[in-house]
Amino acid sequence: MAAPGAAATDLEVVRGKRAALFFAAVVIVLGLPLWWKTTETYRAPLPYSQISGLNSLQLRLMVPVTVVFTQESVPLDDQEKLPFTVVHEREIPLKYKLKIKCRFQKAYRRALDHEEEALSLGSIQEAETMFAEPSEQAEGSLTVYVISEHSSLLPQDMMSYIGPKRMAVVRGIMHREAFNIIGRRVIQVAQAMSLTEDVLAAALADHLPEDKWSSDKRRPLKSSLGYEITFSLLNPDPKSHDVHWDIEGAVRRYVQPFLNALRAVGNFSVDSQILYYAVLGVNPRFDPASSSYYLAAHSLPHVINPVESRLGSSAASLYPVLNFLLYVPELAHSPLYIQDKDGAPVATNAFHSPRWGGIMVYNVDPKAYNGSELPVRVKVDMVRVMEVFLAQLRLLFGIAQPQLPPKCLFSGPKSEGIMSWELDRLLWARSVENLATATTTLTSLAQLLGKISNIVIKDDVASEVYRAVAAVQKAAEELASGHLASAFVASQEAVTSSERAFFDPSLLHLLYFPDDQKFAIYIPLFLPMAVPILLSLFKIFLETRKSWKKPEKID
Amino acid sequence: MADTCFLGQGFSTLVGLLLLPFGSLAASQIEVTVENFLRVLTGRIPSSTPRSKRLLSDDRSNILIYMTGHGGNGFLKFQDSEEITNIELADAFEQMWQKRRYNELLFIIDTCQGASMYERFYSPNIMALASSQVGEDSLSHQPDPAIGVHLMDRYTFYVLEFLEEINPASQTNMNDLFQVCPKSLCVSTPGHRTDLFQRDPKNVLITDFFGSVRKVEITTETISLQPDSGIMESSYKKDLMDEELMEPLKYAEQLPVAQIIHQKPKLKDWHPPGGFILGLWALIIMVFFKTYGIKHMKFIF
Repeated sequence: MAAPGAAATDLEVVRGKRAALFFAAVVIVLGLPLWWKTTETYRAPLPYSQISGLNSLQLRLMVPVTVVFTQESVPLDDQEKLPFTVVHEREIPLKYKLKIKCRFQKAYRRALDHEEEALSLGSIQEAETMFAEPSEQAEGSLTVYVISEHSSLLPQDMMSYIGPKRMAVVRGIMHREAFNIIGRRVIQVAQAMSLTEDVLAAALADHLPEDKWSSDKRRPLKSSLGYEITFSLLNPDPKSHDVHWDIEGAVRRYVQPFLNALRAVGNFSVDSQILYYAVLGVNPRFDPASSSYYLAAHSLPHVINPVESRLGSSAASLYPVLNFLLYVPELAHSPLYIQDKDGAPVATNAFHSPRWGGIMVYNVDPKAYNGSELPVRVKVDMVRVMEVFLAQLRLLFGIAQPQLPPKCLFSGPKSEGIMSWELDRLLWARSVENLATATTTLTSLAQLLGKISNIVIKDDVASEVYRAVAAVQKAAEELASGHLASAFVASQEAVTSSERAFFDPSLLHLLYFPDDQKFAIYIPLFLPMAVPILLSLFKIFLETRKSWKKPEKID
Repeated sequence: MADTCFLGQGFSTLVGLLLLPFGSLAASQIEVTVENFLRVLTGRIPSSTPRSKRLLSDDRSNILIYMTGHGGNGFLKFQDSEEITNIELADAFEQMWQKRRYNELLFIIDTCQGASMYERFYSPNIMALASSQVGEDSLSHQPDPAIGVHLMDRYTFYVLEFLEEINPASQTNMNDLFQVCPKSLCVSTPGHRTDLFQRDPKNVLITDFFGSVRKVEITTETISLQPDSGIMESSYKKDLMDEELMEPLKYAEQLPVAQIIHQKPKLKDWHPPGGFILGLWALIIMVFFKTYGIKHMKFIF
């Protein structure tokens, strides 16, 4: 009777052991991985290898130059060799991780008949009007005309001329090495009109190590999709001055053409306002020598902040805001001049602050006070004001004076206030800056994800990252083939996508839980389940070891 | 006091002290949560947020962060219901640095064991000051006899007194700020951390962080424009005509209150039962099986 009972309990014990092992197997094989998978942060796959590849991207900036030779500019046997193409490439030495190479592709050709005619006229201005836009040249490209050595188109001592519309003129030479010499002159002129080291250094100023803080490099605005320009008239003393300004007409006549020329750079919106009883935060000092009031140069940095809160720039759009203030000083402080650091009054009576805007002080003509009772009607001379504001706008955008080659005749900007190749320089600088920013953003995102483990990456963020990487590569390709306009658009798209991915609200890192809090949460859940399983496994293990040892004892 | 940590004013028992005015982010009490604070710092805000609620800093901005309230070893209390830990703060600063949202950052904290909050920073260009070391308590200044509660902490009081003497042209540097409120006055030992900062503290002016001084340049050049007098007359006439021809104004539809009042309640989406319900049912089923016996379960239990 004992044997079947013993066999039954044996069977029961074996079945029990198997059940315990099965439970343990389910927990370890299914439960642990399931728990691990469900508690890890979701990360959609990102192209990490491509992002790290962006760091070693080589940027090749190509400038297509068309060099047109007139009949007497070079010796005859050289003229037979036309047309052909010469490429001049050099690396820009900047201490930056992206290597930048600048490539001038010069296509030499002979002049057409109408071009010969235009270039044989008396003065360069007439020649330019003959060339008036049959076809608008593409952004980034240049045309250089080579005239004969003794031509009277340019004044005798001038070797070259740079015009406002992507056109330049260079003197030829009758010499064996004509093409080499002229090639060098063309390169000099082309560099002045497109890319030099300082243009790229200014674009990359935020990314280069700070060895010297020259004011040119710190000034330009950061690249953005659009800008908001606000013109404000500050009248602190309405009882004495009744100020009128035709701002709408001035904007329409002077500012709008300038902004239209800059249309490729971004969306601009312009607004204006008049503020009454708004004072500058600094008290002007009286100068008995000229019986006028002055603001010293060292007190100018403190002027802006007290006034800024009244300007209402927080109600404006999300684009960066540029403020231009016109201040009409009070009767008690008239006339008011701004002094530079040497104590001399500034001719424009204006100053600007990088990335913020500019302020101009407009003094009322003292003749207006004669005999009239207060308030005196003041009509602002908008031409004078707009000349200063547009100059400040140019400086704030980073359109600086180019480095001209020696003996070069330079015509100033036309009525819009900006020359076409200045726009090109801005587009080159902005494209490079956008690519640098997008690359840095993507690399920072990848680094952050490595460092902070509890950030979630959703699928739409991942798709923005992919788009940004593709846009960077496309922009680099377009720059290498010389299409500046499409390269700029691609670089803007790269920046927008990368910023959108980096600043997506879902990327806020999840709250951090210290380790002891994590234990406190998991132990009440897992310990009651784990203790029976572990104990039963331990029991099985001991019994198995005993049954192994038993045969040895018998033997 | 953590609920007003964004505004730039402090109160004391003396007649109100005036701080140098610096730009402030206005935030009402319900908005001051840990999540909002981290979102403002890192810039990860929904696109509908207005400009006045964003931190519009770039790589040339110097940022001052001042926090006060109740805290402990490694955390600070927000609004009595949440905490922010030093690791979260350090991660937020690192994200700001990766995107170059600051040039230099000054972090001042006035809580108990305040030094624990800056121990975990690892991003460059951060200088931190705290009112007490780990294990010490920060104490408050004297109570206000009219209201009967303490209105200000000691460290904050002495820092404000120090800042009152600074004007925009002052040349006082950070080393003087480190000496404010020694142990004799503050009872706790103020601490500071400058190893992450690149410049020497004695070259850093107080006005770099507290003064809002901007960089300006004199405008020396102008461009020449041609005055255009012909168009002026016509534009003036056009403005007059516009004013006369203005149509009577129309107003938008007002809120349809009647529809809203009689709205039916929305059907809630179905969610699967949560952990508590599942655990409860698992317990019930186990007890059931134990009572009615599946024999091999005995081996386990």
